[in-house]
Amino acid sequence: MSTEEIRAALAEIVNEVAGIPADSVQLDKSFSDDLDVDSLSMVEVVVEAEEKFGVTIPDDEVKNLKTVGDAVAYIERNRAA
Amino acid sequence: MSAALRTDTGAAHAAILGVGAYRPSRLVPNSEVVDAIDSSDEWIQQRSGIRTRRFATDDETIVSMSVAASQQALDAAGIDARQIDCVVVATVSHLLQTPAAATMIAHELGTEQAAAFDISAACAGFCHGVALANDMVRGGSAGYVLVIGVERLSDITDPTDRGTAFIFADGAGAVVIGPSEEPRIGPVVWGSDGEHYDHIRTADWRDVLASEKPSMPCLTMKGNEVFRWASFTMAKTAQQALDRAGITVDELDVFVPHQANNRITDAMARSLKLPESVRIARDIVDAGNTSAASVPMALRRMIDDGDARSGDKALLIAFGAGLAYAAQVVVVP
Repeated sequence: MSTEEIRAALAEIVNEVAGIPADSVQLDKSFSDDLDVDSLSMVEVVVEAEEKFGVTIPDDEVKNLKTVGDAVAYIERNRAA
Repeated sequence: MSAALRTDTGAAHAAILGVGAYRPSRLVPNSEVVDAIDSSDEWIQQRSGIRTRRFATDDETIVSMSVAASQQALDAAGIDARQIDCVVVATVSHLLQTPAAATMIAHELGTEQAAAFDISAACAGFCHGVALANDMVRGGSAGYVLVIGVERLSDITDPTDRGTAFIFADGAGAVVIGPSEEPRIGPVVWGSDGEHYDHIRTADWRDVLASEKPSMPCLTMKGNEVFRWASFTMAKTAQQALDRAGITVDELDVFVPHQANNRITDAMARSLKLPESVRIARDIVDAGNTSAASVPMALRRMIDDGDARSGDKALLIAFGAGLAYAAQVVVVP
């Protein structure tokens, strides 16, 4: 999957979980500040993303995923591994 | 000396025969808890669904609330307290290490010296109790069993803890379980995950007493970790309970999860793909999270509101500190 494909798939998840329009889920956007995704919704996004992309995102790692770009990069790194 | 022992023979099946609840008198709106945690009514509602909760007064004790809930359950079942053979109490807030609250409750209710004991399975305690009672009735060690979930969590909640102060509350719920011609309590799916023993807990009394200013050991919770476990792992447990009972989500009428947080209930319902026809317990909105008491309180509420009708199939699931969990499908009495 390309970076854009991962972003688009992640945006769909964010839309499903938190009702945020998928096209506003861009790489530079902060989950909490820009998209209003609170920490519980973030947990749901993470679990859905784990399933969708076949990666493991431990609880300790979640706090480092501040922007959509952070999450996409993490998924790219760990899908390859 | 080779004679075999005689054993008990129980009923073919067991059923919940009556449900009761007791709601403490003092209503505590979000506005009363927000200042100490620098929060807002809106944040609490968005975070948990909770609008108000109830805190017990000094007179509303673990025993008195249990007796009131039990009396309603006995009346609903048409069973006299003297017919009760065993009283099982699930609680984490009976602050007397020993003896068990159950013995005093059994006495106050006027049972004839029924067997009585408490179980420590935290928020999951009530569904553990239902499983035990089902097996007692079918195994023959008891004819009728009273299962009670009761908490005064306000006694062990730190009002300044942003992670718990707005969640926990007080109350009691009870059911009478007895013999049945038809199977009305499905197989329990239960277990524990002690690797996460620290996720929800109170402090050790010995540490508390060794500190400079000893204070009540209050509940602490790793909210996000618990949310993840409860929302997703527990949805799988709930599905297993349906499978074990031979019920599909389309045949289910009522879903009564532990009233931990409306967001957990939402996530579970989504994971389980519950159809719109399944009525979902939302007692938490004005009862808060009452740990072991929440499932029977929520079920009683649904019966009163007409959302759970006699003969309905209800999926019960409870989960919490331990981490401990239990789920079963039951038929609403």
